[in-house]
Amino acid sequence: MSYLEFLGQYGDRILSGTLVTILLTVLASMLAMAIALAAGLMRMARSPIVRGVAVVYIEIFRGTSLLVQLYWIFFVLPLFGITLEKFTAGFVAVGMNLGAYGAELVRGAILSVPRGQWEAALALNMSPAKRMVRVILPQAVVIMLPSWGNLLIELLKGTALVALIAVTDLMFQVKQINGTTFLSAEAFGTALIVYYVLARFMITPFMRWLERVMQRRLGRA
Amino acid sequence: MLDWRWDFTWDILPRLIAATGNTLLAAGLGYAIAVVLGLVLALAQRTPYRAVTIVVREAVEFIRSTPLVLQIFFVFYVGPQFGLRLSPWAAGMIAIGLHYAAYLSEVYRGGLESVPKGQWEAATSLNLSTARTYFRIIIPQALPPSLAGMGNYLVGIFKDTPMLSVIGVAELMHTANAIGSETYRFLEPYTLVGIIFLALSLPTAALIRVFEAWVRRKLGMY
Repeated sequence: MSYLEFLGQYGDRILSGTLVTILLTVLASMLAMAIALAAGLMRMARSPIVRGVAVVYIEIFRGTSLLVQLYWIFFVLPLFGITLEKFTAGFVAVGMNLGAYGAELVRGAILSVPRGQWEAALALNMSPAKRMVRVILPQAVVIMLPSWGNLLIELLKGTALVALIAVTDLMFQVKQINGTTFLSAEAFGTALIVYYVLARFMITPFMRWLERVMQRRLGRA
Repeated sequence: MLDWRWDFTWDILPRLIAATGNTLLAAGLGYAIAVVLGLVLALAQRTPYRAVTIVVREAVEFIRSTPLVLQIFFVFYVGPQFGLRLSPWAAGMIAIGLHYAAYLSEVYRGGLESVPKGQWEAATSLNLSTARTYFRIIIPQALPPSLAGMGNYLVGIFKDTPMLSVIGVAELMHTANAIGSETYRFLEPYTLVGIIFLALSLPTAALIRVFEAWVRRKLGMY
């Protein structure tokens, strides 16, 4: 079978898998950003209890494998009475894992906003919440955006693991195709190229664009 | 609701600990491949031949932006299609070694670029060959700034070894899956795997930080 015939026959399955992968990536990155922001801010809280919760969360999710977390959320969490549908379990696991890595980026970025900005906001009598939202966070976002670009590529790669709990993403589809046709080079090779295209020609340009927009909004471009 | 069974826990713990040995072996072997191959990939991007630089650069980008689990499948299944049969271990080590070699080559690249140009000029004026300059002058100075990144990826490769279970390498995750399907109990095996990973990766990360600080002090850099 030529490669074109292969694409003709299995193209729609690969396409549907790709769409699931994109959907997973979008949902997981929204979850990861929310968790990263919350855990990153909690990590710097004054209360040791709040700080402790964030540290434990970050260390657990950074200290173990995504695959272990995925299996745990999918197979063990139901024993605690929380049953997640496999698609939900998939993006929740990926989002929670990358959120823990993102939390450290958020913390690092906030800490690297110049001290003078904090002092100026204090001098203007801003409340701590207003200071964070109006002065510190917008500058922190610009600082951490380049690292988030790398993190989102890691996230995209992480979504491939959800195929192992039978979410029908790109990885799952090509695994199935490989199982029935044994055309491994075509099936897995196509998936490799699709992932590469998603990472290099969608995520990276999108993040570059976002960096430019954010810098312009801060009047730095 | 939750019923943690301690007798079952003690039953399966020896099996899981034995499998931990395989996990550590896989991480160690993969890392050894990655450390050497990564240096090759980094040096290949510094040759005077632009074509070599571009090809290697693109290959590194490609490997870095595609999922490791897919690469493991690719290496394992594509070989037999062309008459080359690889054992799960061999395929797994090639895939994970290559993946982390791509990451480490970026770390080395940063380290190599941080060596001042004057070092090259001094080596040229002493009539050292390129190879000698690299191995005696440049690489020893490029290593200390690379140590932090190298340490992170050592922990990283350890945490990625569970992906080898998909092609049947009998490491920790594979064993936990086997226990799960034999006994229909997932709580204890998966939780224990998580605890074993935490118990190994947290101290390792801390040790690496101590080691890095020690090297910096030894070399008189802060």
